[in-house]
Amino acid sequence: MSDLTKLSAVELSSELTKGSVSAVEVTKAHLDRIDSLDKSVQSFLHVDKTGAIKQAEEVDKNRKENKKVSSLAGVPLALKDVLTQKGVPTTCGSKILEGWIPPYDSTVVKKLKSAGIVILGKTNMDEFAMGSSTENSAYFPTKNPWDLTKIPGGSSGGSSAAVSAFFAPLAIGTDTGGSIRQPAAVTGIVGAKPSYGGVSRFGLVAFASSLDQAGPFARTVLDCAMLHEVMAGHDPLDSTSINQPVPDVVSAAKLQDVKGMKIGIIKELGGDGWQTGVLNRFNESVELLKSMGAQVKEISIPHSLYALATYYLIAPSEASSNLARFDGMRYGLRVDDGNLSAEEVMNKTREKGFGKEVKRRIMIGTYALSSGYYDAYYAQAQKVRALIAQDLTNAFKEVDVLISPTSPTTAWGLGERVNNPMAMYLADLATLPPSLAGIPAMSVPIGLADEDKLPVGLQIVAPFMNDDRIYRVGGAIEASLKTKWNGLLIDQAPALGGAK
Amino acid sequence: MSRINREEVANLARLARLDLAESELDEYAQQLEIILESVAKVGEVSTKDVKPMSHATGLVNIFREDVTKESLKREEILRSAPASEDDRFRVPRILDEE
Repeated sequence: MSDLTKLSAVELSSELTKGSVSAVEVTKAHLDRIDSLDKSVQSFLHVDKTGAIKQAEEVDKNRKENKKVSSLAGVPLALKDVLTQKGVPTTCGSKILEGWIPPYDSTVVKKLKSAGIVILGKTNMDEFAMGSSTENSAYFPTKNPWDLTKIPGGSSGGSSAAVSAFFAPLAIGTDTGGSIRQPAAVTGIVGAKPSYGGVSRFGLVAFASSLDQAGPFARTVLDCAMLHEVMAGHDPLDSTSINQPVPDVVSAAKLQDVKGMKIGIIKELGGDGWQTGVLNRFNESVELLKSMGAQVKEISIPHSLYALATYYLIAPSEASSNLARFDGMRYGLRVDDGNLSAEEVMNKTREKGFGKEVKRRIMIGTYALSSGYYDAYYAQAQKVRALIAQDLTNAFKEVDVLISPTSPTTAWGLGERVNNPMAMYLADLATLPPSLAGIPAMSVPIGLADEDKLPVGLQIVAPFMNDDRIYRVGGAIEASLKTKWNGLLIDQAPALGGAK
Repeated sequence: MSRINREEVANLARLARLDLAESELDEYAQQLEIILESVAKVGEVSTKDVKPMSHATGLVNIFREDVTKESLKREEILRSAPASEDDRFRVPRILDEE
């Protein structure tokens, strides 16, 4: 059997179904690779060896007894450390939750477990999902497997690094303003943010509740779709969960045809300030879509120019409220010398437990929500948010999907933007408008930038609860580029640590 | 025009329950100034008659039957508490001693 870690989830599923390999063997192959190579990538905060092997044994037992198992049963996955898994540490990349063992499973984890997907461990992230580089993790920064001196994107950088380093064929991330799509783009893999409400937020530690959405990472569009299908669906435990059937993303990913589709290029996302190599690959993919029979035209989303300002008011405002729960009383860190009042304990615990970016955002949110500033900042941002969503709705009267580059640049150097919050925020320029509108969006790899030979992603955006369309376009682009490259983009990544 | 100074940062930190170190005040004043100046751009947009959007789903008031269900086990929750006593969270004193 060839190296099991190089197989896609679909390929692993077929081997597992045939019985040519066991779930335990598949799991061990991935754990071994993590053991020998994650020292240099640092994508995991916690590897749950015992738990993973136990899950895999269960799957093998069920298969042996001819019990009905899902098609992904026995396929390993890396889980972002912002989703609770009963009995396994969940830190959100923060010192304030160090040592916390959740007493319950998030709905996403419950669904993964019942599908027999093996959870290898918890991946690194920017603290409370605030950041675009994973350098805001309170533990350590994660490296980009393409170039260990570069960032893996963020905030789901541990998950994107784990999949692109072949530590797992599947991973789960969360996306509030681009935290799945941008890491997927800069590590040369596929990542999707489902429609808001498409995947339950129960057990997802909240950052900005009106925007947070968990979604899949994989090395292929079809793998991503299969995981999407497992994760999604209505959940009574999340009152913002959509009670509608999950869009048929798997069939859409298999179509590989965009003939007759109307595709709009978002006019405002590109041009000055965008990396040339990113724009070159983007323009080529536009030509590719045309050659495949899609009708492509430019379309304006005028208010998208205000998305960055809108997002960096709304998300910190919601965060300042959500993160009030970390008070040192019920879980996590408590700083107390035994003589302090409850309020002093809160002040000291939060000061010590939160990192710089989290404190920055809590204070921005506190400012935007405080009396005297509320109308000019928070309330105004909510109105501009409505206008951005309206622009997108209008655009979808003319086209089926919208496209743009996923991020203005490829992966930048570790440390380059840590002292410049605004420069860091600019990485989200293109991913923010769909986030604010709550609509589904995906990043698919479209090549390497000429300047630095690092991956570039194409963002595909569809109307609310039409998630299947992003998979249709993503699958078609992937198929066409696969023929051209004789493989996936990720196959061009350099070997880690000299290993093949 | 400066939107935010040392004193304003100290006030925000007090409201947000963050015991910031003196040395942090200047750094945050400078950074928050840059960020707030940038996000103030939302003020350029004419939003007359626009209804604020708080979330994307359009859902309102989701109800469920008021029935009791099994909840989490007390000992499992208290296991991760910073301090507990008699099946409860133990917290520092809340009222000042007069």
